[in-house]
Amino acid sequence: MTDPAWIDAALTSARPQAVGALLRYFRDLDAAEEAFQEASLRALSTWPQNGPPRDPAAWLIFVGRNLGVDSARRRNKQETLPPEERLSDGEDTESALAEELDHADYRDDVLRLLFICCHPELPSVQQIALALRIVCGLSVKEIARRFVVGESAMEQRITRAKSRVAAADVPYEAPDASERAGRLAAVASMIYLLFSEGYSATGGTAPLRAPLCDEAIRLGRLLLRLFASEPEIMGLLALMLLQHARADARLDGDGNIVLLEDQDRSRWNRVFIAEGLALIDKAMRHRAPGPYQVQAAIAALHARAENPADTDWAEIDLLYATLERLQPSPVVTLNRAVAVSKVRGPAAALEMIEPLAARLGGYFHFHGVKGGLLMQLGRGDEARVAFDRAIALANTAAEAAHIRMHLDRLARDAEKK
Amino acid sequence: MLYAILCYNCEDVIGQWSKADDDAVMEKLGAVNQKLASQGRLGPVARLLPTTSATTLRKTKDEPVVLDGPFAETKEQLLGFFVIDCANLDAAVETARELAAANPGTGSYEIRPLRFFEPGALKA
Repeated sequence: MTDPAWIDAALTSARPQAVGALLRYFRDLDAAEEAFQEASLRALSTWPQNGPPRDPAAWLIFVGRNLGVDSARRRNKQETLPPEERLSDGEDTESALAEELDHADYRDDVLRLLFICCHPELPSVQQIALALRIVCGLSVKEIARRFVVGESAMEQRITRAKSRVAAADVPYEAPDASERAGRLAAVASMIYLLFSEGYSATGGTAPLRAPLCDEAIRLGRLLLRLFASEPEIMGLLALMLLQHARADARLDGDGNIVLLEDQDRSRWNRVFIAEGLALIDKAMRHRAPGPYQVQAAIAALHARAENPADTDWAEIDLLYATLERLQPSPVVTLNRAVAVSKVRGPAAALEMIEPLAARLGGYFHFHGVKGGLLMQLGRGDEARVAFDRAIALANTAAEAAHIRMHLDRLARDAEKK
Repeated sequence: MLYAILCYNCEDVIGQWSKADDDAVMEKLGAVNQKLASQGRLGPVARLLPTTSATTLRKTKDEPVVLDGPFAETKEQLLGFFVIDCANLDAAVETARELAAANPGTGSYEIRPLRFFEPGALKA
């Protein structure tokens, strides 16, 4: 009894491991993918009859390897074949392979596969598209839909990305500790990029892109299973879960953003929150804070507050101070200023963001926050100037609408006087 | 006789269920629980968070060590379990240490946060 949905899910979850191992074997992305496809087709016909294998990934690698070698032989008769014992069939080989997969090289296979997708020469959209195609197994059509572009345009992008990656020199031997750490960091930021693509979508594209968040979380879990003691990977997964927990509450019926303080918190996903909090707890025991852990800890404080008024802004201010130290950026300081305004008042926050004007002058949120602080301080005219600037820089209609609401309030207040 | 039924499945596959799929399964399981509860035969029921949220305390010849991740040895068998209420993971690890100290010899304690808990109403 092996139903199609089960097979489909098993193939998807075995994919990174299987394609990664086939890539080590064939040293060619297209050949590895093709071998995996062939093996998957074989699985679809044999698993319902024979029942699922004990270890689907090992089965797919074993069968994919044989099929891939077979088709290479057909293409090129002169090509030297791998040793015969690798081609021999039988349960013994499969179980030996399953044993082998428990070891560390499988970890490096998956890491290499993910790392290839985030080659520094590739623009971020191509990195994500390549990862979705190769690691997650989404079709070009599905990926094109997520990015709201034509299928042939996406096909071109992926082909270009693949040839760029093929030209790049990716070493196949096991990486040393520092190289592994470097790869891991690059892969983590690619996964977060993929998550953000899904998370930042608003309006009509939001429902199309939401599945990108699920894929990113799935890859985060995979990475954490392989690198179980990396606190930053725990932090990354926690951050994604805690943000994604708000998915149902953060967009209204028209896909407009609902601000954190206005969200219906009963619609937050409590299971994701519980998992995110558990992961932060685990990460903190390592006493090695990093940007993902700190951002996750900030998200956790919001998640823990049943009402906006219960938010522990003093702790959030401290965490942003830590983040400023770990990853200095004017945007982090701007976010910290929001916490500061709640703890020490709008004047202190305004003082904090004024030096950022030169660097954030073209940034919507800077003027939005500045206008809000000026409004709280009763400096209506200056607030209006900041809000006008924010509207001019708004990226979406929802952002502009939100600022217009403030301007309307300022106008009403001015009339009363 | 009291029985514990331990549930095993592939978490990668379960993890791909949509919320609707998952809710539907929980509802069907809930109906089974309901029947047992009405007969006074239901004890505690728990669903665990994924293994990525697990921490393991492993006894060694010196101090027990705390490892990230689930229990992974095949030489040992599952012998029992506790459900405890803790402020955080540190407190849970502390409790596992007490249990480890109370038990002679080797052994491991996997600490897994719960995502669902129904205390049941079974009398000891």
